[in-house]
Amino acid sequence: MVSEAVIWSIFLLPLGSFVFAALVVRPFFNRFSIVSGFVTIAALGTALGFSIMTLRSVILGHHLEFEPFEWLVVGDATIEMGLLMDPLTALMLVVVTGVSLLVQIYSLGYMKGDPSFSRYYAYMSLFTAAMLGLVLSSNIIQLYMFWELVGVSSYLLIGFWHERPAAAAAAKKAFIITRIGDVGFLIAILYLFTQADTFAVAGLNAFNIPDIWQAAQPEAAAGAIIGGAALTWLALGIFVGAAGKSGQFPLHTWLPDAMEGPTPVSALIHAATMVAAGVFLVARFFPIFEQSVDAMTVVALVGAFTAVFAASMGLVMNDIKRVMAYSTVSQLGYMMAALGLGLYAPAIFHLVTHAAFKALLFLGAGSVNHATGTFDMRYMGGLRKHMPVTYVLVLIAGLALVGIIPLAGFWSKDEILLGAWNGDGIVDTWVSRVTFFSLIAGVVATAFYTIRMIILTFHGEFRGGIEKELEDKSKADPAAEASHGGIHLHESPFVMVLPMAVLGVAAVFIGYLANPQWVDEFGIPQHWITGFLADGLAESLGAVGHHETLEFSWSMAAVSTAAALSGIGLAAVLYLRRKGQGTDPLERIKPVHTMLSEKYYMDTLYENVIVRKGFYRVFAGTLDWIERNLVDGTVDLIGWFFRNIGTVIGKMQTGQVQTYATGIAFGTLAIILALLLAN
Amino acid sequence: MVEGYNGLLTATVFLPVVGALVLLLVVKGDKNVRNFAVLIALADLVLSLIVFSFFDRSEGADRFQFVDKITWIPDVGLNANFFLTVDGLSAPLVALTGLLGMCAILASWHIGFRVKEYFIWLLVLQSAVMGVFTSMDLLLFFLFWEVELVPMFMLISVWGSGRKEYSAMKFLIFTILGSGFMLVGIVAVYLTPGLGTFDMVELSTKATMLTSAGLLIPMGGLFWLFFVGFAIKLPTWPVHTWLPDAHTDAPTAASVMLAGVLLKMGGYGLLRINVGMFPSQADKFAWVLVFLGVVSVLYGAVITMRQTDLKRLIAYSSVSHMGLVLVGIGSIGISEGTLSVTGLNGAAMQLFTHGTVTGLLFLSVGLVYEKTHTRYIPDLGGLAGRMPFVAVAMLIAGLASLGLPGLSGFVSELLVFLGAYQAYEWPTALAVAGIVLAAGYILWMMQRTFFGERRASFDDLPDASLVEALPLVLMLVTIIGVGVYPAILTDVFESGLNPMVDVLNGVINP
Repeated sequence: MVSEAVIWSIFLLPLGSFVFAALVVRPFFNRFSIVSGFVTIAALGTALGFSIMTLRSVILGHHLEFEPFEWLVVGDATIEMGLLMDPLTALMLVVVTGVSLLVQIYSLGYMKGDPSFSRYYAYMSLFTAAMLGLVLSSNIIQLYMFWELVGVSSYLLIGFWHERPAAAAAAKKAFIITRIGDVGFLIAILYLFTQADTFAVAGLNAFNIPDIWQAAQPEAAAGAIIGGAALTWLALGIFVGAAGKSGQFPLHTWLPDAMEGPTPVSALIHAATMVAAGVFLVARFFPIFEQSVDAMTVVALVGAFTAVFAASMGLVMNDIKRVMAYSTVSQLGYMMAALGLGLYAPAIFHLVTHAAFKALLFLGAGSVNHATGTFDMRYMGGLRKHMPVTYVLVLIAGLALVGIIPLAGFWSKDEILLGAWNGDGIVDTWVSRVTFFSLIAGVVATAFYTIRMIILTFHGEFRGGIEKELEDKSKADPAAEASHGGIHLHESPFVMVLPMAVLGVAAVFIGYLANPQWVDEFGIPQHWITGFLADGLAESLGAVGHHETLEFSWSMAAVSTAAALSGIGLAAVLYLRRKGQGTDPLERIKPVHTMLSEKYYMDTLYENVIVRKGFYRVFAGTLDWIERNLVDGTVDLIGWFFRNIGTVIGKMQTGQVQTYATGIAFGTLAIILALLLAN
Repeated sequence: MVEGYNGLLTATVFLPVVGALVLLLVVKGDKNVRNFAVLIALADLVLSLIVFSFFDRSEGADRFQFVDKITWIPDVGLNANFFLTVDGLSAPLVALTGLLGMCAILASWHIGFRVKEYFIWLLVLQSAVMGVFTSMDLLLFFLFWEVELVPMFMLISVWGSGRKEYSAMKFLIFTILGSGFMLVGIVAVYLTPGLGTFDMVELSTKATMLTSAGLLIPMGGLFWLFFVGFAIKLPTWPVHTWLPDAHTDAPTAASVMLAGVLLKMGGYGLLRINVGMFPSQADKFAWVLVFLGVVSVLYGAVITMRQTDLKRLIAYSSVSHMGLVLVGIGSIGISEGTLSVTGLNGAAMQLFTHGTVTGLLFLSVGLVYEKTHTRYIPDLGGLAGRMPFVAVAMLIAGLASLGLPGLSGFVSELLVFLGAYQAYEWPTALAVAGIVLAAGYILWMMQRTFFGERRASFDDLPDASLVEALPLVLMLVTIIGVGVYPAILTDVFESGLNPMVDVLNGVINP
């Protein structure tokens, strides 16, 4: 059994390395900035060790409940902070510390020589600490606080190269769009507080997460404290927050732009932190979502739509990181859809496997960029000969993403597909069916864009890299040159390849080993991870015993593999034989291609039409005009009036008694008239 | 009856003005003037921190502590006293004034024009504001309230920039207009049969028992007379337009004091007098407060977006943030159940946190202006590379301003929202949407000022020097400290607000 101190250390260690890097290394010892990297890695290594100990303790069924401490008590509002330890948290701890550790090691090579090296590690530590704090939170306000800190750390990291205008813009966009979602989350919290008295009667705290679960259960002793439409709105408020962070339609537009940050940052954002937070949030409040068919339906359909919608944009992107970014949005859609269909354990399982292969894909993209200086696949090609290790690893990660048996992604994705097909009775059958077919269509698209990406990057002939790209763009982008050392076509250094290799091993094995389908393997029980998660969920609501897991279905495996192969085949036919730099075969269907590469014009709609024209120019402009001319204008007018009234009154002082007498007479008349009228 | 003479508050309030006198009569030479002024400010900061930290916040402690009360003008039969004291509501604001007074003086190191006079006005200003927060006698309160206008008027009109005379005059006329209403209210309260006192402690218990019949002016009328005075000071929409002008044209230190403590006088007055002395009216008109508050929050935020002058931008963001004070106070409009102190505490917290956050924003902008000689945002950009410390300070202040957890602004916003949502769901939800706008204008401002490409002419900009950095560090420590451990303030505020909430609950649930 692990002690409370050990669990807190998992969060405090990276926080400590943030403080060390930000307050000690950066201001005073910036010449030795490499120290901040080592400290961060040491802190995360220890945190990973502690996380594994914690996971083991949870697996062994230790009773890990700790007293929270009071952070702020104001009137009726008692805000506590504490640790919530269940299988979901324990797994997330290992995923977050593990991926983050590998990314930090990789960054030693990737960020080598960057003048802001210590700032980079400070931000990365803060990012990881915030995410760890988030998954450990036992209180919804505590969770919200770390939620926002995750948001701001990703703001800092996306805008890391702040001298690049695109990076500063992308960082701001990410923060603001996710903040739109946060409004929903915050209002959900405010709603909970209105029920604080009812909670208190039942001996519960309206901010305590397990208490909120209890309050939503209809079979609770006093019946549900929150139920009906209110529960649906509560769940949807939380989901809006999750949709912002996890890039669900229509709040997905920030995620592809977020690649303006250094590539290892993207790996962390897309795999284990930022975007995983949204899925985690829905999973964390799953006992509430479960109670509302409407909320579940919304989650499932938004997820299913996002899965296909984002994949379709991934088909045509030329930037390797953008393809991966849309792939992330799409895969998050799978997870959300799974949660919406009640497939709690498969969703988290997919989150775990996805973390491994998506982190690997991004690190691979970074490795490729290290060699070619560009992210534009039109200037890559043929890299398989120069960087065989990266090629093999990216290929593994890509096939895992596509869901090829027996790689990691296959097992988790099939669980979702199978569950969607079976349906579990929470949502209507048509919702399950629509979701299922969307997800199958998503598999075809995923296979296509992944293989297209791999072929464009690694096969064929090398097409010139950054030099050719800069030559093509008549004016060079100085910022781009500053951070790239030009072209050197060879494998990346060991410190970068090693973390990729570790992730590669994970991308091959964790799918099957975490969830053996037929018999126990290496002491791991059959259906371990899904059973572990499902039991954890049931126990959180007071139930005991083991819960159902999905049996492997050969026919589903056949269907999903056929879908994947069709996508792979199509991409291979279109791209493998292509020579040189001819136009992309997809450009032959011009209108579709344009619409997809313009991202369905959603950025245009949001940024140009809604924000710039509608909000800024028309709405804010009008208000600004009113402010200057009416509100402040009135003030100046009154001021003008009093400054000039003296002159007017002065003229009335004529000194002629007749004028005064007339005035008095009329005044008296007016008073009499007024009195008469008043009576 | 609260009696006694402790002397600590008298010292805290009058030390700066005595220092100003010494400065006027004894000290010579710009360097000595600066050093002496900073010493006085430091001493006053220490005194104010003593007041804050020795304030007994335990349950059962006296509500009013450090009482300084002496009969003042008995000869003419005017029942007015020299009466200084603090309760939980004012003690943190005294500390805030000490802190910002210190920062304002440090931020004036570069002033080279009529130096002695400048520091004298700054010190007088500090005394006046301290007096407002500690006076518990309406006449004395009003006196300090008016005295504060003179130094601020001088600071803006002499050491300001741009249309400084216009702005100073606008500030003066607006505030005096408000005080006119307030004075009528004070006189009417005093002349009401059965009251006949300026003692605010007494009034806060007596006035609640009044019916309209015995009053010279109906109670609702009294409420609004005071409200106008405080609303202008806060300021709330639509009487806010003096603020952007005054802020933009004031020197850095005056902006810091103006945003940091002078606006707080409005919020303090609302809590102390409008809520404390007229609880039934406050409950009745809570919806008006929430309405004005929500309009201020959103309208202020949208107008902030349009600003191109850094100081004007922050000034308008203040309008938006002070709207939250009204929203928080509006929590007393709950229709059923018992009122919790949450929203009022949020409003009081917002006074403190906005003081530190906006103080830091103005300090940072002051440095940017000093080095680049412009505040026009389109002319700036990319400064982070040359002024990393100022950029970090500004970013942290901005993040606190947009309500990032771990920084002080989050706590007050959260408490305001939690409290107000119980009373007015939809208006509060609208105000919550304001956090997106806040993120928009803060981050956009950061992007245009500190990020992106830098002009060649800014390539040799120096970062803040040690003296310049000191006030920023003070503010940063406060902002982060309060953000991480807010109970240090909320507990004190609560001890001052709880008696008010008890009275209010008697009004809400008769």
